[in-house]
Amino acid sequence: MVPFAGWDMPVEYSGITNEHMAVRTRAGVFDVSHMGEIEIAGKNAAAAVQQILCNDASGLQVGQAQYTGLLTPDGTFLDDMLVYRMAPSHFMLVANASNAAKDFAWINEQVKAVGDAAAVDTSSRYALIAIQGPAAREVLQPLTGVDLDDLKYYWFGHGEVAAARATISRTGYTGEDGFEVFVPPNMADAVWQALLQSGRSADVVPCGLGARDTLRLEAAMRLYGNDIDETTTPLEADLGWIVGWKKDAFIGRDRLVDQKQKGVSRKLVGFEMLDRGIARHGYPIMHGDQRAGVVTSGTQTPFLKKAIGMAYVPVHMAAHGSEIDIDVRGRLSKARVVALPFYKRT
Amino acid sequence: MAYPSDLKYTKDHEWIRISGDTAEIGITDFAQQQLGDVVYVDLPEAGRTITAGDTFGSIESVKAVSELFAPMSGEVVDVNQQLKDRPETVNSDPHGTWMLKVRLADPGAAGALLDSRQYEELIKSS
Repeated sequence: MVPFAGWDMPVEYSGITNEHMAVRTRAGVFDVSHMGEIEIAGKNAAAAVQQILCNDASGLQVGQAQYTGLLTPDGTFLDDMLVYRMAPSHFMLVANASNAAKDFAWINEQVKAVGDAAAVDTSSRYALIAIQGPAAREVLQPLTGVDLDDLKYYWFGHGEVAAARATISRTGYTGEDGFEVFVPPNMADAVWQALLQSGRSADVVPCGLGARDTLRLEAAMRLYGNDIDETTTPLEADLGWIVGWKKDAFIGRDRLVDQKQKGVSRKLVGFEMLDRGIARHGYPIMHGDQRAGVVTSGTQTPFLKKAIGMAYVPVHMAAHGSEIDIDVRGRLSKARVVALPFYKRT
Repeated sequence: MAYPSDLKYTKDHEWIRISGDTAEIGITDFAQQQLGDVVYVDLPEAGRTITAGDTFGSIESVKAVSELFAPMSGEVVDVNQQLKDRPETVNSDPHGTWMLKVRLADPGAAGALLDSRQYEELIKSS
């Protein structure tokens, strides 16, 4: 167990490699109840969401979710999150645990400024259990009356799972098909046990933070605090697709428009190690004897079986195929810039 | 897993198997459990000397990197080449997977190391 954003969480149950491979080939179950929930409701809720979050939620249907950013006026990330449209004027934001208090304070202030809407921190009302992997649907389906075939990627529905009132979302942080199930906290254990029981014949395993990190990195999903933070913008993080450029106004817009016109000076790229070893978070990217960038995430991936990572580099080093030098504990190691994601399910 | 009584141990969780003036060096079951899945072992080449208590290499798992410390001083006479392709044997058979074979500078210095009972006491209290 390790302390994580005020929670005690297991790094691994049966080993990171075993858990990672289970999710890529069968399915794994994750307790991600640490995630924070913030709900915005009221007459102006949609307007508030459009102002506070950088992606354009105007086309978001009730029952649909979207990946988005919560930005500072400087266009940098306060957090990244999913926004769920629960009802025409009711949204739920699912935020990183370590940021949830900071996010709520900021969002509450902004919602008040918009007026005629309210924000509530509802984190304590939900436990969140994820089942991820190619077998996720067949493991979850026997436990619920919700027809999972009707749930498209990034859509959600309401019903029951193992007799618990549940919201089932076809989302995840692994690069696999899968679901995230919001249930009342007192039902979390029952749902967790039911999923493992239902998944027994498919050899479904419980998964910890370690596999969650290696899986999301193969899928090139950004991790707040590593790959993005209050010093980096969506454009620098190569997340321009989550910026609602057609919106007239949202917090951070001016900076992003300016940055788009002038071009960014550094960019988040993926790399594969050419030399042996793993380049980890914080290791410098070198250009001659100058420090030119920094590794934000790095690991040995159990599925692709190579050392990969993401790093901020100057744009002149960002082209796919470029070779970069990484200072791995005092030794210069070669890596090659490659396209993201490293892994894409077929 | 039991800690074999024919090995000596360090507080840094290496083991050493001494026979005459040569010895094999590896890491303990406790160490591999703490590391998790090992993916890479960085070792010195044959002919190099290692010094008791100093770093002689590093070991990387998916979640962390850790230094390796020499239990005793000596000259490296052989390096386990199988670890390049199968580093996971450190996890599956920690006490049977040697990393280095060393010609000891002073075989008599082994008295400063822990025996299996002392080592088991050490990890129980950590």
